Amino acid sequence: MVRYILTAVVLALAAPLASAQGTVKIAVVGPMAYVQGENHWMGAELARDDINKAGGISVGGKKMKVELIHADSNELQSVSDATNAMERVITRDKADFVVGGFRSEAVLAMQEVAMDYKKLFLGCGAADAKLGENVEKNYDRYKYWFRVTPTKSADLGRTLFAVLGSIAGQLRKGLHKETPKVAILAEKVVWTRGIVKALQANLPKMKMEVVGTWQPSPTATDVTAELSAIDRAGADIVFTAVSGPVGIVLGRQMGERKMKAIAFGINVEAQKDGFWQATAGKGNYISTLDTYGMVEVTPKMIPFVKEFEARFHQSPTYNAATYDAIMDLKDAIEQAGTLDSDKLVPVLEGFKNHVGTSGTLTWDKRHDPVWGVGTTSGIAVQWQDGQKVPFWPPQVKGMGSFKFPGAS
Amino acid sequence: MFQDILVTGLVNGGVYALLAIGFSLIFGVARIVNIAHTAFYMLAAYCFYTLLVRLHLPGALAAAIAVVAVTALSVLCYRLVIEPVREHESAVLISTIALALIFQELMLYAFGGNFLGIPSAVDGVLVVFGVSIPYQRLLILVVAAAMLAGTWFLLYRTRLGLAIRATANDLEVANLMGMNVQRVAMATVAVSVALAAIAGVVVAPVFVVDPFMWLTPLVTMLAIVVLGGLGSLKGSLIGALIIGYVEAITVFVLPQGAFLKGAVALSIMVAVLLVRPEGLFGVVFEEER
Repeated sequence: MVRYILTAVVLALAAPLASAQGTVKIAVVGPMAYVQGENHWMGAELARDDINKAGGISVGGKKMKVELIHADSNELQSVSDATNAMERVITRDKADFVVGGFRSEAVLAMQEVAMDYKKLFLGCGAADAKLGENVEKNYDRYKYWFRVTPTKSADLGRTLFAVLGSIAGQLRKGLHKETPKVAILAEKVVWTRGIVKALQANLPKMKMEVVGTWQPSPTATDVTAELSAIDRAGADIVFTAVSGPVGIVLGRQMGERKMKAIAFGINVEAQKDGFWQATAGKGNYISTLDTYGMVEVTPKMIPFVKEFEARFHQSPTYNAATYDAIMDLKDAIEQAGTLDSDKLVPVLEGFKNHVGTSGTLTWDKRHDPVWGVGTTSGIAVQWQDGQKVPFWPPQVKGMGSFKFPGAS
Repeated sequence: MFQDILVTGLVNGGVYALLAIGFSLIFGVARIVNIAHTAFYMLAAYCFYTLLVRLHLPGALAAAIAVVAVTALSVLCYRLVIEPVREHESAVLISTIALALIFQELMLYAFGGNFLGIPSAVDGVLVVFGVSIPYQRLLILVVAAAMLAGTWFLLYRTRLGLAIRATANDLEVANLMGMNVQRVAMATVAVSVALAAIAGVVVAPVFVVDPFMWLTPLVTMLAIVVLGGLGSLKGSLIGALIIGYVEAITVFVLPQGAFLKGAVALSIMVAVLLVRPEGLFGVVFEEER
């Protein structure tokens, strides 16, 4: 009897080891009940299938298939749920690597857990600069963190300034507004702090007048008071930095009020296909930074978007760059010939102009993507009559044009 | 800026008033601590969305079905969840919290966490003192006024209203006087949930529909009913307007502190309660003296 029990215990202990030896286990951690998590998962599924169809990842001459672990972090509701999910995939599911994450507050907490276990964690959602600053300040602990998308908040700011400059140029030229008036509407959360400060400091230098800064709650579902105040201030541009439901009500209420001002900035909800329906068709002219479109930012982008749309019947958001994260891991593993995170870190650090579906990536000393227009900056899109039209950077093949309310 | 605050505060106060009427009836008048009240509002919004947007039913029919279906569900929930523990307020509180969370998770499972939109019943804007007001918000004001008048009539001009007030005042005496207190309570839940469902159908088009949309209104409704005074419909209306105006003033005077508008409104409520524990127009019940 004792022998049977011992055999069962040995088999139970050996089972995960055997599984781990046969496959590369990659945990996809994200808010799976939401579009962000769904995109994390869908991007990862495409990567897994592409890799496995080609025979798997070559690890020191041996081909290993990719196995994904689906982990709902519920991070939009609870940071502790997110850290529990991270703990679970590492300790129970024996993940070799982790990709995903969305909400900065939750990703900061999950980063701590992943670093405790020295697990490579490739972020595909959070913008807060502190994630990268941690790497610079305490390299030995945080070197296992790499950010894939988006760029850090300060670099998002640089992209925003570049696009804003382009829009202001059109305003000056077409509507003869020499000093366009800008209202800043940013939800009060950690990732918007740097952006708001940078805007307040730099817009006057760009010959734009800041008429006010409004900071609603990230869970706000009504901005009528804010929009009334913005209307009264005579803003030409409403600069948005919103990731929650406020992005939808903003689009809808601006449309209902037939505001002359145009909205541009980061509006995570406006990146989704469901935005037009959610605003009941009122979100015309709302524009936002985005990552994917039917444009040639890299040679891999259009084929990826087509494959994604054909399989999932929707277009990808930036969180689907889990595809790139897994491909980065594959390339690093094949180069290093091992799954050892400590040996993979220097290989990933050595990537130069690594071409992915979302951009062309080089990591800096904080393991943040080195910013560049047309490489990691992403694109800007505008909703025009139910279609999301990419319009920036103009030099990229396939871009449309930016439109103003009232213009044909 | 003054006219902006005047108009925006009135319109937003009207939205809150519509949401608060049903809650005032169930919590303020009948004293049933139905925390799931705003969850029924959420269910009505989802039901309306499904019928209107996905099944393409006409708006009026979709609204009617949503209100009737959610009201019927509330009666079932009352019989199964509230009635067995009706005599224990804390048990009602806990049971209805559980009920609300179950509804939330069911909607999350069925529709995901995505934000959904419902088209307005009436498109266009009216400009008053240079302030744009969408017609849908004006419709909310009209419906709020009608619901308020209807609820007042029910409470003070009908036998059911008399029974509701009597059972709320003293359950045991009402029972001894021959009233079927269980049936009165069930009718109160049904009427208040019908009001919540009407609010869901009319208000949801100006917000977004998501599984957590019941939480913020719940806190605001509690604040409005307590601020206005338990048992007073007039108090709820004035409480709603106060909250609407306080929020508008916060946004206009302190733009960078716009996220504080809810906190400022709740602070006002606390301040009022410190001075007048029964609220602005509260009825002090026998057992509270």
